[in-house]
Amino acid sequence: MEDDKDLTQKAADLANQLKELSNEAATLAVETGNAIAEKAAAGGHDAFLINGLTVFVLACFVGYYVVWRVTPALHSPLMGITNAISSVIIVGAVLAVGASEVGFSKMMGFLAVILASINIFGGFIVTHRMLSMFKKKA
Amino acid sequence: MLTLAPLAYLVAAVCFIMALRGLSHPETARSGLTFGMVGMAIAIVVTLMLPQVTGFGMIALGVAIGGGIGAIIAKKIQMTSLPQLVAAFHSLVGLAAVFVAAAAFYDPASYGIGTFGDIKLASLIEMSLGAAIGAITFTGSIIAWGKLQGTISGKPVTFNGQHMLNAILGGVMLLFIILLCGTGSAFYFWCIVLIALALGVLMIIPIGGADMPVIVSMLNSYSGWAAAGIGFTLHNNLLIVTGALVGASGAILSYIMCKGMNRSFFSVILGGFGGESAGAAEDMGDRVAKRGAAEDAAYLMQNASSVIIVPGYGMAVAQAQHAVRELADLLKKEGVNVKYAIHPVAGRMPGHMNVLLAEANVPYDEVFELEDINRDFAQTDVVYVIGANDITNPAAKRDTTSPIYGMPILDVENAGTVLFVKRSMGSGYAGIDNPLFYGDNTMMLLDDAKKMTEDIIKAME
Repeated sequence: MEDDKDLTQKAADLANQLKELSNEAATLAVETGNAIAEKAAAGGHDAFLINGLTVFVLACFVGYYVVWRVTPALHSPLMGITNAISSVIIVGAVLAVGASEVGFSKMMGFLAVILASINIFGGFIVTHRMLSMFKKKA
Repeated sequence: MLTLAPLAYLVAAVCFIMALRGLSHPETARSGLTFGMVGMAIAIVVTLMLPQVTGFGMIALGVAIGGGIGAIIAKKIQMTSLPQLVAAFHSLVGLAAVFVAAAAFYDPASYGIGTFGDIKLASLIEMSLGAAIGAITFTGSIIAWGKLQGTISGKPVTFNGQHMLNAILGGVMLLFIILLCGTGSAFYFWCIVLIALALGVLMIIPIGGADMPVIVSMLNSYSGWAAAGIGFTLHNNLLIVTGALVGASGAILSYIMCKGMNRSFFSVILGGFGGESAGAAEDMGDRVAKRGAAEDAAYLMQNASSVIIVPGYGMAVAQAQHAVRELADLLKKEGVNVKYAIHPVAGRMPGHMNVLLAEANVPYDEVFELEDINRDFAQTDVVYVIGANDITNPAAKRDTTSPIYGMPILDVENAGTVLFVKRSMGSGYAGIDNPLFYGDNTMMLLDDAKKMTEDIIKAME
């Protein structure tokens, strides 16, 4: 009888140990999974960084060649247009207002939307005014 | 929609490139502008259609407020105040960049770059760079605006250890960026912004009014880099492309302006030019300038076969462009060949003079750039210099000790007669005497540019 009791006790202990071990294994697996996911996400970000840098450098070259071809007479309208299009930053502001749940971010986004809109409308309109004045000899 | 958004952003980016491409000629410029507006519309609409974007009311309100203000300002502004306006607009892009960076910092989840206090390292770096450049652009442009508007003195403000202080501040900012990356604390984020705001002021105050074309272009460039920085933070290629285009554009304009003054970009940035530093290079001693009246000028011009008009910042200040056009019309009626010569740094922003002449209905094919017209002066009877000074100063060619030595100038001295309209015999911004005033073929017309031109018109009629 004693032996039987011992045996069941031992079996129960073993079962408990097994349970703990499996628990540990599970947490370990989850942790590794998380770590891998994090790595993967970080990898995704690094990939964007490379992608972004590629796009950035190529766009700099495009800008360089396009802007050198702008006639000096139109350098003021060039500043007007670049001023307006640099306000494409409004995309980030719209995301902050529209997608954010954080009040402060929403507020910042809202202010940025106002500022960028002043620039977009102001920049394009003033450039339009300038360009409509450039006329050829009648 | 989500998968289509990047494609639509690509279309918008191409539109922006086409917009700049259109500016290669006045004929195609207006269609270029349309491309720009279409690109912007695509960018905004596509962003609004993203599934995570809700709450259109607040966005529409923001666009309505901003758009209304922008439209009113742009419609009312006088063309002579264009440089101030552009500087003011740059400051807004800078501030918007700071706000967007702050929004992303406090709610990174919405942009998919982590959670508050636990933002990815690369994003933190991009964010702090975007915010810092934006803040420098903001205050720097405000100072530039003040100097152009006359609210702040156009004179360079210098003090001992100025560059040292800037360098230290720059170093401290770098330190805070590293600390921010290490801790992700909001405190450091705002420290970076504050230092950048101060740096913007300190960088622009030592720069004199006449160097503003370089500064306005440079700030234009900065606003682009700020947008690109935010583009990296938000993983948005459109922002990166546009930022790079604008950044490149501003950098090229700064380069052209520096070349027009034969100065290195570095020496402009260090500032101080246009103060008392520039001494009289050539002692004029007791040489006397010949003075003339409006009637003399009218007689000379009417009897010339060719006249070249050289406008400068003084024409803008006196708002004389309409009177100048009238004068040219009268001369043309008498069979005189009239052309305009524009120096790259005439005025306070790139292309400033071209816009003012266009405003006065001067056809653009009568307006020539320095390299296209400089040989014609020798075959020209009369040159009418109105509100320009240093860009005609022959000392730039002959006097190696002159502060403007090496600067390309319009060779007006080669013409038969030079009529020089000027308010007084004072020197130009560089503080140097102009030997041209004392030339045998020069006649000084001392008066306000607009009044003198109108007097000449009266004398002709």
